[in-house]
Amino acid sequence: MISFNQVNKRYPGGYQALKNVSFNIAEGEMVFLTGHSGAGKSTLLKLIAAIERPNSGSVVVKGQNIAALKGSAIPYLRRNLGLIFQDHKLLFDRSVFDNVVLPLEICGFDHRESSKRVRAALDKVGLLQREKSSPIALSGGEQQRLCIARAIVNRPSILLADEPTGNLDADYASDIMGIFKSFHQVGVTLLIATHDENILRQFEGRALALKQGELHASSTGSGQA
Amino acid sequence: MKNWLIQHVRVLLFTLRRLRTAPLSSLLNILVIGIALSLPAGLYVLLHNIQSMAEQAASTPQISVFLSMDASADDIARIGKQLNQHQAIGRIEFVPRDRALVQLEQTTGLADVIGGLTQNPLPDAYLVYPKKPDAKALEALRDELQKWPKLEYVQLDSAWVHKLEALLKFGRLAALILAVLLSFALVTVTFNTIRLQILTRRDEIEVSRLIGATDSFIRRPFLHFGLLQGLLGGVTAWLIIAVSLLLLNSSLDGLTQLYASSFTLRPPAMGDSLTLLLFSACLGWLGAWLSVAQHLSQIEPR
Repeated sequence: MISFNQVNKRYPGGYQALKNVSFNIAEGEMVFLTGHSGAGKSTLLKLIAAIERPNSGSVVVKGQNIAALKGSAIPYLRRNLGLIFQDHKLLFDRSVFDNVVLPLEICGFDHRESSKRVRAALDKVGLLQREKSSPIALSGGEQQRLCIARAIVNRPSILLADEPTGNLDADYASDIMGIFKSFHQVGVTLLIATHDENILRQFEGRALALKQGELHASSTGSGQA
Repeated sequence: MKNWLIQHVRVLLFTLRRLRTAPLSSLLNILVIGIALSLPAGLYVLLHNIQSMAEQAASTPQISVFLSMDASADDIARIGKQLNQHQAIGRIEFVPRDRALVQLEQTTGLADVIGGLTQNPLPDAYLVYPKKPDAKALEALRDELQKWPKLEYVQLDSAWVHKLEALLKFGRLAALILAVLLSFALVTVTFNTIRLQILTRRDEIEVSRLIGATDSFIRRPFLHFGLLQGLLGGVTAWLIIAVSLLLLNSSLDGLTQLYASSFTLRPPAMGDSLTLLLFSACLGWLGAWLSVAQHLSQIEPR
């Protein structure tokens, strides 16, 4: 589903974010990406979503080589991915409902079908009662769940999450991990970048550990990275 | 196809909502565009009116042939015969000096002045209607007749029309230059409006990009906005012209009554009006397109 082969990423200015990274993630896997901040976790996720391009090596997502992807094909790649951001990237000038409906509007769904899907997504993250609220009125955990609802409303086969529990206390964090687990159970491929030790202790799954841009260990189990 | 239509309608509704959320600045923008457009378009309408009036006057080109005061009845008959036989002349009409005086009295209201004359100062005349109405043939005919004996003066009645036409040509060129310059102004206004919108909606554009919006999806609302703003500017320009003509006509009424003629300025024809609206909408779209092409590429997700 996702495979990296000897990927190098250097930012302008010379900072080497990823060094010779290779790995494979199979369909339906739930994989944690661990490492300290600055280890290259975000860069790795950005390469998958074609927000950044590798300097060398190949990044293959669902059979497409991202490095060789034309600019006009990128939107269609991203529609197959659900992106969850640490800073949520919500739009505060519109309601909860309108935030979640945006990906469907982009794909051109008709009104009735998209309303149905938005409510289903909001229901899954427990925000159905808040659809008319403004995102600014939501707590940090609720905003993160809203971001998840927006990422899944399009029913993507791959979910990428960058520090989804970054600023949340333990209760909220395990809430969110519970939601992720339910996606895993229905066959969604998940890649979750986190440095949250609690989560890594709680959940079974493969872990990829990044250290200063290098992939050090691919450990399985209760992920003591 | 249906999907495409639904998306466009949705974007249009969204655009209208956005116009309404900033009513004052939208109104001012539209007004600026309308005023800028109304200047050349109004000038064009005015010139068009003058031209159609001139054409009416020139539709029956004629040459007035005034005979010498000392021309005898024989001379008059001979000249009439010669004119009748001339190849370039279609039809002639004799105006005896007595009738000319009566006509003058009736049409100009100078009865008092004429009543005071001891003798008729007007000569006998022929009105000559040529077969071909084009200017060159008319002038050639005039020059030829000028050389005939016993003719005092040959006057080409439509000469002023040609002079006016040359003047109108000049005016139309001026209107065109004005139109081109103000079109740039219109494009600039739209360019800047859209630039500000793009900057204020930076987050939305970035997020849309991240969740798979194509460039054309992101561009669409801005292009619609430019188009709509241009169109409303065109409507404003049309209204400005229509109201101005209405005002001009009411004051023109008094003027034309003094000269015992009736002349009203007509509003732009249907075709011209539609051209104006189409033109302004296209310019708005162009300004938006330029702005979007310039500024959207600067917003890339990080």
